[in-house]
Amino acid sequence: MAGLQSQDFARISATNFRPPDVRHDLEVAKLIDVSKCIGCKACQSACLEWNNLREEIGINRGVYDNPHDLTPNTWTLMRFTEWENPQSGNLEWLIRKDGCMHCADPGCLKACPSPGAIVQYNNGIVDFVSENCIGCGYCVKGCPFNIPRISQADHKAYKCTLCSDRVSVGQAPACAKACPTGAIVFGTKKAMLDYAETRLTDLKSRGFKNAGIYDPPGVGGTHVMYVLHHADQPQLYAGLPQNPRISQVVELWKGLTKYAGMAAVGFAAAFAFVHATVARRNDVSRAEDREAEHLIDEEAARGRKA
Amino acid sequence: MAVRREEARTTVDRYPGRVRVNHWVTALSLILLAISGAALFHPSLFFLSSFFGSGSNTRWLHPWLGVVLLASFTILFIQMVRYNFWTKADTRWMGHIGEVMSGREENLPEVGRYNGAQKIVFWLMTLLIIVLFVSGIVIWYEYFGATFTIEQQRFGHIVHALAAVAMLLVVIVHIYAGFYVRGTMSAMTEGKVTGGWAYRHHRLWLRGEAREGVIDERQTPPRGHNARPAE
Repeated sequence: MAGLQSQDFARISATNFRPPDVRHDLEVAKLIDVSKCIGCKACQSACLEWNNLREEIGINRGVYDNPHDLTPNTWTLMRFTEWENPQSGNLEWLIRKDGCMHCADPGCLKACPSPGAIVQYNNGIVDFVSENCIGCGYCVKGCPFNIPRISQADHKAYKCTLCSDRVSVGQAPACAKACPTGAIVFGTKKAMLDYAETRLTDLKSRGFKNAGIYDPPGVGGTHVMYVLHHADQPQLYAGLPQNPRISQVVELWKGLTKYAGMAAVGFAAAFAFVHATVARRNDVSRAEDREAEHLIDEEAARGRKA
Repeated sequence: MAVRREEARTTVDRYPGRVRVNHWVTALSLILLAISGAALFHPSLFFLSSFFGSGSNTRWLHPWLGVVLLASFTILFIQMVRYNFWTKADTRWMGHIGEVMSGREENLPEVGRYNGAQKIVFWLMTLLIIVLFVSGIVIWYEYFGATFTIEQQRFGHIVHALAAVAMLLVVIVHIYAGFYVRGTMSAMTEGKVTGGWAYRHHRLWLRGEAREGVIDERQTPPRGHNARPAE
């Protein structure tokens, strides 16, 4: 990333230095109103078009999801769920636009071993910097939403950039621009939360008493948020996690293990150094050399007798 | 394997060439694994990836080095395992480990080919290499990323990291012992040790080797009874 963007990092993967923080930026967010989505996939097309991506032609497996999962080329994906509401008896078609949530506390960035391969900008966008990516797949394990995909062709990780290139010049992400129903809106995080409240009022007035905003606190909130009609059961929406957070195993691996491991090895090396300096030499004495000769003669004689 | 009377010293064969080759292939792959693994383990050590050209090279090379290590260590294991079964004498010897660390070995029970500490290192390395290889397969993303669930891979990562730290500790003990106990290094460089070294550290083994016979490699004196040194 060239130019002034290097002054806009809030976090940089696998680095110990503090990123520059003179410049400040407003936190941005994308709000996806699931209750307004008609499943047209314009957002998917816009994503492919703006980012110059091409997806392979797939196979129909009897579901609307196309392709069937996120790939290195598909950074956003409509996931369709048919759900029979036990209370109303209605069949509900729940369509969720899946993709990177741009967590305030990004698990991918925490897991990444390569300096500067994953960055978080001051505006909250989490971006992969391909030139620094080594293709190890650690981000896949760090992510609580199963979003990053590693290309088998070039061994780089890919995911939604929240159109960081567009946002940096004051444009909304391509998906938000393309959405025909206004289900995807983009602005400052505060503006989006305020707008979402008006949506909740509307939904609640129409009987969706559990309507709510999905901005999970377990990952410090996200910069992609949903309005859900059934916010009490997010897992209905193609397995959106109820309370996502960075796995405890990842936290332990990237936290205590990292420091305890370094300390243990360092301590052992230091002990060896001190021992080598102060301990009595463990050397063969001339007496032992002579004793050895006697013992060899003795045993050799014994061997000849047997 | 034999005791040899050389011109100025007596030596005992300890490792034939095939074991030494294996040992050094294992050692080299282990060192490269430690460097590349450390680069991926801690941000402060990422610069070590430049030994391999780049982070990407480090990422693909590390698991293949693991395969090399597993192969060479497997052969080493087959060559060594019969000398490494635990005996009561090893337990007694381990009771005196403090004396060994202070360089006083006069009151130790006689030791065969390997002492208790060496056997512990052998079995710990065996165990840790198995753990490292299995957990390494789980986190080898290029080939097994789709084979294991993300949760299994997370678990694999922490097991791999902890086992690697334990392995480094064992390796430090192993290397340090080789330096601290003077005269040990020649066992793996030249394949033989001095009689005095064998007497001091592995007397029971020396007895067995001597009983098999002593090869006299000293230059034989000139033939004929009349030959005398020039006066």
